[in-house]
Amino acid sequence: MTATIANAPQASEEREQPLLSLRGISKRFETRRQETLALDDVSLEVRPREFVCIVGPSGCGKSTLLNIAAGIDRDFEGDARFEDASITGMARERAVVFQEPALFPWLNVRANVEFGLKLRGIPPAERKTIVDQQLALVNLERFDRAYTHELSGGMRQRVQLARALAVQPHMVLMDEPFAALDAQTRDDLQLELQTVFGRTGTTVLFVTHNVREAVILGDRVVVMSPSPGRVKTVIEVPLERPRLPDDHAVSDLAAQVRSELQRTGDEEPRYAI
Amino acid sequence: MPSKVLRIAAFWVAVLVVWQLIAIAEIWSPYLFPTPVAVGRSLIKNAQSGMLLDALWHSLARLAVGYAISMLLGLGLGVLCATSRYADETIGVIVLGLQSLPSITWLPMAVLWFGLSEQAIVFVVLMGSTFSIAISARSGIRGLPPLLQRAAGTLGASRWQMYCYVTVPAMVPAMVQGMKQGWSFAWRSLMAGELLFVVAGLGHLLDVGRNLNDISMVFSIMLVIILVGVAIDRVLFGRAEAWIRERWGYSAA
Repeated sequence: MTATIANAPQASEEREQPLLSLRGISKRFETRRQETLALDDVSLEVRPREFVCIVGPSGCGKSTLLNIAAGIDRDFEGDARFEDASITGMARERAVVFQEPALFPWLNVRANVEFGLKLRGIPPAERKTIVDQQLALVNLERFDRAYTHELSGGMRQRVQLARALAVQPHMVLMDEPFAALDAQTRDDLQLELQTVFGRTGTTVLFVTHNVREAVILGDRVVVMSPSPGRVKTVIEVPLERPRLPDDHAVSDLAAQVRSELQRTGDEEPRYAI
Repeated sequence: MPSKVLRIAAFWVAVLVVWQLIAIAEIWSPYLFPTPVAVGRSLIKNAQSGMLLDALWHSLARLAVGYAISMLLGLGLGVLCATSRYADETIGVIVLGLQSLPSITWLPMAVLWFGLSEQAIVFVVLMGSTFSIAISARSGIRGLPPLLQRAAGTLGASRWQMYCYVTVPAMVPAMVQGMKQGWSFAWRSLMAGELLFVVAGLGHLLDVGRNLNDISMVFSIMLVIILVGVAIDRVLFGRAEAWIRERWGYSAA
């Protein structure tokens, strides 16, 4: 219950204010020989309780954009704001779930989920209550004493999710969290994620290169194109949840997103294959 | 596994029997090659007179002092080289250079500086183990995955919390590795140093054996030195490594 309340910090009259607002974001990478433009004037807004997916081929700068939103990458041009304040660094209001299982190997599952709460100095009894809740949410109650190297890939990602949610973030940023998992586990976690976020109402920015995943999870799908990274189009997904990978509506929308991805830019031809 | 215990016991019995037979055959004079029985007798005699325990105590005390100081120094140097590029390119080079210097070569300098004293031998031990601990600490911190720091950062860790809860625990496996290596360097340096000049200690006892032309005593003291080394290596570091394997998984240790 605590999670639900804290995850909806915006009062109703502020509904229209975006929680995360990225405006005119450009990012250059300087290598020894040349300078490449990874992001070119990208703008994106995420409103409270919204689940936004960014989809695009590798090299379109989608992970870079997420790192900028997280405050991990602070070397960029443009205006990145969260809850109407400039993003100046990492903060627990914007918890991140990484593609690699970024768990602390010297801590067991419970201590990993507890980590952020301990940093805030929350007393042990309260910590235990919150951790129990989060572990139940991701179906890992029975594994709370296990160490991370004893867990499967899917379980590790669920621990990461529980750890992120435990600090009661205002937004969760997920960077291709299921990319390294097998198809079956991936399907399971997509369904589980819909349940979790359906219950908590957390705002999510989710980066993936899997079109179907983006359609299953997102309220909106932001389609990006590579070199330089730009927003090509934004597609609304007005489908009921839970959505399943084999739903016709999901397949239809996925096909639409895919054709957007494949459509070469009208403005300039980039590749001659 | 009684059969495994039996097979291993059989091996050691065989070693003793073969040793005894070679000694009895008197290929070499008994003054040069003692029987295991004579070595055992010498061991018991020296243990009963208290000489052995006294020497053991002196050696371990020196080792403890030298090793403790070199842990502090090595850790400090390692952290410095890991966090400052400038320090790594300057002091780090010196550390690498001195690490390749056999520690006993510090002895002449130590004797000139400190005289024939405890300080001199502790200094040799110190020089023997400090640099390998420093190198391990440095690589432990350098090998810290940035991903874990990011994870801690997005969970709201301050700079200080990052250090206490991420950097320090993450370098434990490398540190234990360095401590183990540092310990074996310290032990070797100590024995070499004691053998050459210091009064009291296992190395000194070895030299006493040589002066008395007592080959059994030399053999028995060497045996004790081996046993101490194996005991600390297996019991202390073996447990630490097992614990690390359990916690950090097989990949880290």
